[in-house]
Amino acid sequence: MSTAPNMVVGQSKAARWSFNIAVILLCLWVLVPIYLLISNALSAPADVNGFPKKLLPSVNTESVEFFIGFYGVTKALWSSVQVAFLTMVMAVLIGAPAGYALSRFDFRGKSLFRIMILMTRAFPLPLLALPMAIMFIKVGLDDTVFGLAIVHTTLALPFAVLITYSLFSGIPIELEEAAWTLGCNRLQAFIKVIFPLVLPGITASAIFAFVTSWNEVFAAAVLTIENRTLPAFLLQSLDDAPLHLKFAGGAVLVLPALLFLFFVRKYLFSMWGIANR
Amino acid sequence: MQSRSLPYLLLLPATVFLVCFFLYPFVLVAWQAFATDEGEITGKYFNKMVSHWKFEKALYYTLALALVVVPVQLVLSLMMASFVSSMKKGRDLILYIWTIPLGISDLAAGIIWLAIFDQTGFLNSVLYSTGIVDEPVTFLGYQNKGTIFIAVALAEIWRATAIMLVILVAGIGLIPKEYYEAAQVYGANSWQRFTKITLPLLKPSLQTALILRVILAFEVFAVVSALGGTNLPVLMGEVYNRQFVLQDNHTAAAFAMLILFISIISTVFFMWALRTPKGVKA
Amino acid sequence: MSQFRKAVAVLAVATATSTIGISTASAEGVLFWATQAKPVEEAQAMRQEVLSGYEGEVDFQPSDGGPWLTRLQAELGAGKGKIGVLGSLHGDLISLGDDLVDLSDVDLGGAEVNEKFMELGKLGGSEQKYIPWMQATYVMAANKKALEHLPEGADVNALSYDQLIEWAKNMADATGSPKFGFPAGPKGLKHRFFQGYLYPSYTNSMVTKFRSAEAEQAWNKFKELWQYTNPGSTGYSFMQEQLLTEEVWVAFDHTSRLAGAFNDRPDDFIAFPAPAGPTGRGFMPVVVGIAVPTTAPDMEAAKKLVAYMVKPETQVATLKATNFFPVVSTELPDDMPAAVKISGAAIAAMSGSADANPGLLPVGLGKLGGEFNQVYVDAFERIVLGGEDVREVLDSQAETLRGVMNEAGAPCWGPDPASEGPCPVD
Repeated sequence: MSTAPNMVVGQSKAARWSFNIAVILLCLWVLVPIYLLISNALSAPADVNGFPKKLLPSVNTESVEFFIGFYGVTKALWSSVQVAFLTMVMAVLIGAPAGYALSRFDFRGKSLFRIMILMTRAFPLPLLALPMAIMFIKVGLDDTVFGLAIVHTTLALPFAVLITYSLFSGIPIELEEAAWTLGCNRLQAFIKVIFPLVLPGITASAIFAFVTSWNEVFAAAVLTIENRTLPAFLLQSLDDAPLHLKFAGGAVLVLPALLFLFFVRKYLFSMWGIANR
Repeated sequence: MQSRSLPYLLLLPATVFLVCFFLYPFVLVAWQAFATDEGEITGKYFNKMVSHWKFEKALYYTLALALVVVPVQLVLSLMMASFVSSMKKGRDLILYIWTIPLGISDLAAGIIWLAIFDQTGFLNSVLYSTGIVDEPVTFLGYQNKGTIFIAVALAEIWRATAIMLVILVAGIGLIPKEYYEAAQVYGANSWQRFTKITLPLLKPSLQTALILRVILAFEVFAVVSALGGTNLPVLMGEVYNRQFVLQDNHTAAAFAMLILFISIISTVFFMWALRTPKGVKA
Repeated sequence: MSQFRKAVAVLAVATATSTIGISTASAEGVLFWATQAKPVEEAQAMRQEVLSGYEGEVDFQPSDGGPWLTRLQAELGAGKGKIGVLGSLHGDLISLGDDLVDLSDVDLGGAEVNEKFMELGKLGGSEQKYIPWMQATYVMAANKKALEHLPEGADVNALSYDQLIEWAKNMADATGSPKFGFPAGPKGLKHRFFQGYLYPSYTNSMVTKFRSAEAEQAWNKFKELWQYTNPGSTGYSFMQEQLLTEEVWVAFDHTSRLAGAFNDRPDDFIAFPAPAGPTGRGFMPVVVGIAVPTTAPDMEAAKKLVAYMVKPETQVATLKATNFFPVVSTELPDDMPAAVKISGAAIAAMSGSADANPGLLPVGLGKLGGEFNQVYVDAFERIVLGGEDVREVLDSQAETLRGVMNEAGAPCWGPDPASEGPCPVD
């Protein structure tokens, strides 16, 4: 694999040092709050409530165990995974073609379409939940994993469309044209030439779709009852919980999302070599 | 090639989906902002919205937060994106760390940052243990609106920068390496390469990142409510309050229309400001 | 990488099959849709301790106010639904009047439910719209460290507002930081303090004398107290948290929102009655009701669950689970949690005090219940937080209050004297 555009090698030691320090500082900025969350989730309630708080508390898994043993958590976790997965698939399958169309063609209503796509994100979902729930109850989509995934897809779609749009726009049309002249039809050219190039972008939209769905509480709390998702199940009651359970619940919610990010992160870079031809 | 109908064909699934699951409920809700339950057209709900004593504050804080938070996030995410793309080793790991906040919902982020800024929180613990202060400081008291604002801004910057980062990283990946090599041959330094190559070629991704981020910034609520209590009214908070506490769906819809309106304005602005002129596509 | 792909494939198949399968699975039991007992521990206890004794399935689902209402409105709008029984505060149920079925034919099995609360459950009409389920009230709580700062001669069980202010001042002077806490956060129940404690204690009224000179005095007193109140109060919603972290030493809140502190460290905290003003010791109950929406899928089962919830044994179990007190007359066993003993004594002292001035919860406001509360909250935010002139704020908020009362056509309730037509705002 060839390396990325190189901006550092060949420069002075001082520059390299300041680069490393900046990277480390930025990592700390992200990690310290996460550390506080996890370390508190793993400490005894008395430590969590104490002052001054210890930065290296003793380990006590009571609070986390409470959540893991909490009635219905596994089921809610499974529902969440299913909804998030469906959302991801639908958002990419519906969004990517639209993104491609926006980047490759000029047609009437293009700007209008882009704005309409964005409106789904710019209008507060809690208000839309009511008419949507009425519609779902009437057509029988209520309280299904699929129904909730539909709502989450409308939230994730703008990301999928716009991200793929901006990525496709960055790929020279000549590349595709070259493939056509070599005898590929439009679809073949897309699959063989364009798709590998935009895989990072597709991954980015998939990540968004997944985490959007994973963290969405309101619609989930309204539209699911037996198939409650994990956030609807845990998160909406965290506010009222004692401090140590807030941390434990927060950590329990965050971990699966972090695992997901860990697994897909490499796709963000996967085709780097090709991108740099 | 049937390129006349192709774009519409490609757009069809998304359009059908949005019409059914967004446009239809949206029209029903939006209508409420303009009409009474009896169907009479009226401006009184917008009047009620504008004349409420909290309206100006809510609008002010929503816009001010976006104005402070988004530029910082833009700079940070550009920095991070160019850092990871110029790394040879550990790129995966660093990028993973920087995208962690993506997996954290705004409610959970509110809990974490409240634990930091609380009077008995971590910041005070550190300041107190090291003897910098003699008494824990009340950062989030109602008289310290400035501190609350800073705390909310920091939490938002922490939480939502990764959204822009991932878009920009994917975008930078598409910039041909040869450009950089050529620039290096001509003796351009890294700053020049960044401003002359990366930035211009990244325009489409920058535009997307900014549009999405700004729209979400106008809907900020959970973190504000966790850290600021009732001290920092924001538009989204008013929507919730109207809809669920006061059960005044009409005025709630009016507030929602306002959020939509400023979102569209900002979107149009970015579409214009960061437009890619025809024929100069990379 | 191939393993990851395999995992994705498995997930895809599993999702597809369960999505299809899901619609066939339907609940046999009653869905109990509540805004109370939300904290995970309480929800757990409701399911395992309280509802386990009910013959038949119950699915207890607590949820936040927003989703709670939206789901309910959606079911009402669609004309069919899954919710069997609703459990929520009086203030939430008053707006639902027409959508609740009459429960007067429910056989309560001889449970003696508090009559005043039963009357509240009629929402000012003739049908029994909800049956009282549990109650609480506001009391004061203090860390024992605070007691040495009590003003001279003050009896903690018979405090006046002036003494409370002096006490808060003493603590602030002694410790260098304000140690009184008030739940003025977004989820704090502050409006009931103004309606049921401050106003009755100074004006012997809740509505009629909203903008009177006495009310002006009350707000000025509260402003005085606020000087010695922890400024973080605008973020507090559950005072047990700040008592446990000792961010504050003395606090006012709802008994179930103080319970955590009493249960965790029963030896460190005391509870005592709310203070008294010139017109007595105003206080107000918090009533949680259970109701059945018109869209309930199985009326019989729903009503059976309602009856089960007011059985004395259920009520005692509910008390242990949620720290809300019974609404039926019953003997409490000895093995009660510390919070029940501690706050129970304070409630008894409050209602038994010579100057007790109990108020009633608002009735007859319908959908305007939220707007009614907002009048008091806005007055607080403008006067105390915004520093606006008391007189001007009261005059302008009185306009809004009058509008609410007239639009709702609600007659007065205690302590205001009964009125012909809408309760007047002088």
